[in-house]
Amino acid sequence: MSRKIIGPFNRVEGDLEVEVEITDGIVTKAWVNSPLYRGFEQILQGKPPMDALTYTPRICGICSVSQSVACASALAEAQGVKPPTNGQLATNLVLACENLSDHLTHFYLFFMPDFARDAYQNKPWHNDIATRFRAQTGTATATMLKARAEFMHITGILAGKWPHTLSIQPGGTTTSASASDKIQLLGKLTSFREFLETEVFADTLENISQLTSDDNLKSWMESHPQSDFAQFLKVAEDLELDKLGKINAKFMSFGVYSVDDKPFLPQGIWSNGELSKLDTELIKEDISSSWMLSQNGAKHPYQGNTLPDPDQADGYSWCKAPRYNEQVIEVGALARQTIAEHPLALDLVKNSQSNVRNRVITRLLELARIIPEMENWVKHIKPDEPFQITAKLPDEAEGQGIIEAARGSLGHWIRIRNGRILNYQIIAPTTWNFSPRDKDDIAGALEQALIGTVVGEGGNDSVAVQHIVRSFDPCMVCTVH
Amino acid sequence: MFNVLWLQSGGCGGCSLSLLNAESPDLMTRFKSTGINMLWHPSLSEASADEFIHVLNDIISGEIHLDALCLEGSVMQGPNGTGKFHILAGTGKPMMTWLEELAEKAQYTLAIGSCAAFGGITAAGSNPGDACGLQYDGKEVGGLLGTDWQSPSKFPVINVAGCPTHPDWVTDVLSQLAMGDLRTEHLDELNRPRNYTDHLVHHGCGRSEYYEYKASAEKLGDIGCMMEHKGCIGTQARADCNIRPWNGKGSCLDGGYPCINCTAPEFEEPRKSFTETPKIAGIPIGLPTDMPKAWFVALSSLSKAATPKRLKDNATASKIITPPGKQN
Repeated sequence: MSRKIIGPFNRVEGDLEVEVEITDGIVTKAWVNSPLYRGFEQILQGKPPMDALTYTPRICGICSVSQSVACASALAEAQGVKPPTNGQLATNLVLACENLSDHLTHFYLFFMPDFARDAYQNKPWHNDIATRFRAQTGTATATMLKARAEFMHITGILAGKWPHTLSIQPGGTTTSASASDKIQLLGKLTSFREFLETEVFADTLENISQLTSDDNLKSWMESHPQSDFAQFLKVAEDLELDKLGKINAKFMSFGVYSVDDKPFLPQGIWSNGELSKLDTELIKEDISSSWMLSQNGAKHPYQGNTLPDPDQADGYSWCKAPRYNEQVIEVGALARQTIAEHPLALDLVKNSQSNVRNRVITRLLELARIIPEMENWVKHIKPDEPFQITAKLPDEAEGQGIIEAARGSLGHWIRIRNGRILNYQIIAPTTWNFSPRDKDDIAGALEQALIGTVVGEGGNDSVAVQHIVRSFDPCMVCTVH
Repeated sequence: MFNVLWLQSGGCGGCSLSLLNAESPDLMTRFKSTGINMLWHPSLSEASADEFIHVLNDIISGEIHLDALCLEGSVMQGPNGTGKFHILAGTGKPMMTWLEELAEKAQYTLAIGSCAAFGGITAAGSNPGDACGLQYDGKEVGGLLGTDWQSPSKFPVINVAGCPTHPDWVTDVLSQLAMGDLRTEHLDELNRPRNYTDHLVHHGCGRSEYYEYKASAEKLGDIGCMMEHKGCIGTQARADCNIRPWNGKGSCLDGGYPCINCTAPEFEEPRKSFTETPKIAGIPIGLPTDMPKAWFVALSSLSKAATPKRLKDNATASKIITPPGKQN
């Protein structure tokens, strides 16, 4: 038995360290450490509540809009205000633009380059994959960056810039799309659709959305071999990525992309094939393994506090351990699409639970499913009607803002006293996925997913660990914040 | 080849993500055009874990020549000066120690974004992480490397400030360095590249006409000038945000929210709400810096008296309700 510390991981957002215990070349235990602490929850204390809209996007440069939307939703609840339809449509468009752009960045820049590694040079697919996906020099990089940058023009039109916009407000958006903006937005979406339908899928988005099963996907792969998606599926089949990083996960989604109170992707909890209603009262953060001053038991975020202490004897991460009804939860596109009961996601989970392959497939599925929805949202914008209503923020109030970021469920909880922020707590998607152990010594989702991974003696062949870690598309700067 | 090493510490990664927005040409083509070799970048490189630590050690031992060290994010000095708020994964060593060692080897050291330059957002509030910049701690010179520190090429830390940075600001300065074109006189008084800080955010602002006539927005989302009521300090802020568009066509002002002077030290602590303008006797404090206050007040009163009805109408609306040429 030996131990190995692996890190830093790049092609994840932020810094990450993983320690593994290895017996006979197989991971038997894992500990995930988020090594950076900044202290946003402390910074926000005592600030004017509306200034949270300037600070919280800066928690994260990759999920910046998600942080904005969660913050605006929390303040909206505190104000008792609801954005007009135009405001919801514009917010959805900016959020979806970020979320899909993150999925694309993950696939091309963060995840696929690992298969171009020399470790796989004897694989029959290696040459093709390396030509296309090798970090920096692969042919896909420049093509994808162009498509991504132009797609992000949607944020230029509707949010001023990305990252770190202040356009998303509790009562809607500060931008009002004109008739001309609508046409430009549709143009950007059409260009992006063309990129997806040519390079990523070599098929229509609608055909991808209509895939209903694993078998269906397999025959699709065989008939579209040149698409980047099929290239991944081929590698996944050869390396059995459906067996890698596998857990029998409980899923959560906070729901997202609402128009007139109907979310396009619903909220819920998924446990052992059963869908149930989400109750955010059951969310508690445990700090038994965190470098945090001890508190009396796990706390709901309204009651939680954040007091760092690097000398906590049982601590091994700056990350807290959020639990839902005391259960470990996995969040992300796979969770979201399963809870939305998309037939392909349901079949994938039924056949092989949560694993590296399924996490990646459902991200690409979201690209196919959300773009047509974005096109609809643009068409429903009414330039002559308001995008925002304003309301006064009470001096005493509280609010919860829960949304889905690219990587999964993001929640903000704000309490306001005497017109100032009394307490602000944030639970980010990777806080769930990469949580440390809780009071009962139950490991977090990644820590569980790493168990059983073949890494060779001394852990020197740890490329499988890289695939598992990156399959969650971790955002470490959000995780601890 | 011009070797660049890019590290991240107490920040959000947003300057890297913004960099990927580079267009016409895209980022990879830009690097190619001036011979920039991204030795290692957290979002772009294959090398991970041990492979990456080897790169760092080879730079320190002199085996790999390093032209530019870029830091994104604040230096985390806390708690109590230990740097434990950011121990670089896999190394057991505080990032601030790595930075001190690497900065001695790099021909140029660049702070990418206001966090790395001055402390930035991470240093807001009570500054729980004891965050500072590479050569500044807020407005004070010093920071991690100290007042008199110079790189082997006799440059101070080059502060590519902004929250986030525009992709062009970063690729411009890296390209100039790669071509041997950058001299210290191309930096401003805070060691920011004058490429973009010779401008004010006000230059090219789409709301200029409202500014000229002091036709002011009353709430965020109104299309009038945001200086009088909504906290905009674009007339003082040093950047070319309204000349070089963001994400194709945007800027903060175009997005309907005020300039918060994010290229400046301590922008993160405005000591008032970001979106409100503090006033004394109804006159905004913090007027344009290089104009006598009395003149400004006099001109404002005059222009306010002459404001066309069109601008008055539109200033407090979310879109143009009175077009030009109708009547005044």
